[in-house]
Amino acid sequence: MSLKEHATNVRKNIIDMVYAAQSGHPGGSLSGADIITYLYFDEMNINTDNASSNNRDRFVLSKGHASPLLYGILMEKGIISTDLIPTFRQVDSKLQGHPNMNYVEGVDMSTGSLGQGISCAVGMAIANKVDNSPNRVYAMLGDGECEEGQVWEAAMAAAHYKLDNLCAVVDFNGLQIDGNITDVMNPTPIDEKFAAFGWNVVHIDGHDFDDIRRGFDEARNCKGKPTMILAKTTKGKCVSFMEGDYGWHGVAPNKEQYEAAMECLCGGSK
Amino acid sequence: MAKVATREAYGKTLAKLIVEKDNVIVLDADLTKSTKTIDAKNARADHHFNMGIAEGNMMSVAAGLAASNKVVYASSFAMFAAGRAFEQIRNSICYPNLNVKVCATHAGLTVGEDGASHQSVEDIALMRAIPNMKVFQPCDDIETAAIINAVYDIDGPCYVRLGRSGVERVNYEDYTFELGKGVILNKGEKVAIVATGMMVQEALGAKDLYEGNPTIVNMPTIKPIDTDLLIDLAKTHDVIVTIEEHSIIGGLGGAVVEALAEHNLCPVVCMGVNDTFGESGKPADLLKKYGLDSQAIANKVNTYL
Repeated sequence: MSLKEHATNVRKNIIDMVYAAQSGHPGGSLSGADIITYLYFDEMNINTDNASSNNRDRFVLSKGHASPLLYGILMEKGIISTDLIPTFRQVDSKLQGHPNMNYVEGVDMSTGSLGQGISCAVGMAIANKVDNSPNRVYAMLGDGECEEGQVWEAAMAAAHYKLDNLCAVVDFNGLQIDGNITDVMNPTPIDEKFAAFGWNVVHIDGHDFDDIRRGFDEARNCKGKPTMILAKTTKGKCVSFMEGDYGWHGVAPNKEQYEAAMECLCGGSK
Repeated sequence: MAKVATREAYGKTLAKLIVEKDNVIVLDADLTKSTKTIDAKNARADHHFNMGIAEGNMMSVAAGLAASNKVVYASSFAMFAAGRAFEQIRNSICYPNLNVKVCATHAGLTVGEDGASHQSVEDIALMRAIPNMKVFQPCDDIETAAIINAVYDIDGPCYVRLGRSGVERVNYEDYTFELGKGVILNKGEKVAIVATGMMVQEALGAKDLYEGNPTIVNMPTIKPIDTDLLIDLAKTHDVIVTIEEHSIIGGLGGAVVEALAEHNLCPVVCMGVNDTFGESGKPADLLKKYGLDSQAIANKVNTYL
């Protein structure tokens, strides 16, 4: 199966979960689907055998509200079952609205409060340095999340300790709950800020697998500093009526919209 | 014997622990000389990380380290650990139940001259309210060493409240710390004084001022509170008086009242900082002004003896 087909399945899982729960965050989950698919299928050494172990590459979803994205890729990897889809955001479910590392195999950190996940990833990267471990740490942030001051505290610390085993991806879809990021509280230029903090910065098209591969290759080959990959993405990607509309940040589709979304995705997988 | 601050004992204990235990990592926020984690840094520099003046980030970094099988001791002043980084402690550390020991120094009014901005009198209340968190406050150097070693073996987050000022030794060298247990220092009658931290010394120091013989209890574990002992004290005394260098809202007094409320056994009188900010001053002068010195304790206790 191609990366594109895996990514389409991840997107279907996302829509299935959010529709079943009638709650959740489809827009920013769909925008990160191609990046996370590349990470879990071509970049990170994670599989069904080592998912519950610490001794592998780790991924922190710092933008924890995109939990359907993380659950969706773990389902596509066969680490958790798609049988869990109807339980998303329901009482007694492992699939909490924001990820809980103790409930779900393969979830490496409990996240949801923005800005904290990137710091946790810094801690994991420091641990790998202390242990002389070759394992790498990846984190995905939202662009709106970069309005949190803690992101820059973490950026400072990662550069200070020369964490070249850390790679942060900013899912730059340009939208947050209240609108365009530049209208709400402009965090740009995010790339120049990270560079000023001492990071290696790479720009990619977050929906082009060749470009995604180039970005992670560059990150892996950069020594002496952490890498930030600024991934230009489209919020709601591959569901035509959700694309580029901040109204789909945290809203579930109704039955007609669900069917229309699935039609978009079935077309996309061919 | 010279007075020793609990933070001094913390640094000395940590310096041993960081050498003995390979998985111990120590974090500090530019206060290594004040919190005394510098002793651990001097003992094993590559397991000590200064995270700079960024306490929120430090707590989440601690969580990431703990998620990688490390036991993390993270230190700053109580104001900036429990206060500024409250939400990181709650969401990054306590919600996933990670192995981070937040060891906060300079708690309470006896920070002294720095004044109200640095005098944390709310940290017990904040930390106690978080699920999974355990809360400790040693009264002297011996108890500090025992608690710092004990929290290493506890699987999950802990908050250890430490002081800036030197305090007299209360315990003997053979003291063994029991998690969740209060320690009866004097068995008396009518009034049971339950104190924590350096208020234990103040309660003991009032001995000649009491118009009777009150029971004096040291309560080093504030969460989980020793409910069995409290019920026992309530059944055998007319009144329990709690004393802490912390707000009367939500601290040791709150924990005692919560534990006893449903049992309807005896009244509880809470002594502490009376819902107010502190101010600059010498520690002894502050304890006197805010009604937390031996004389103030004796005055209160004597009304029930």
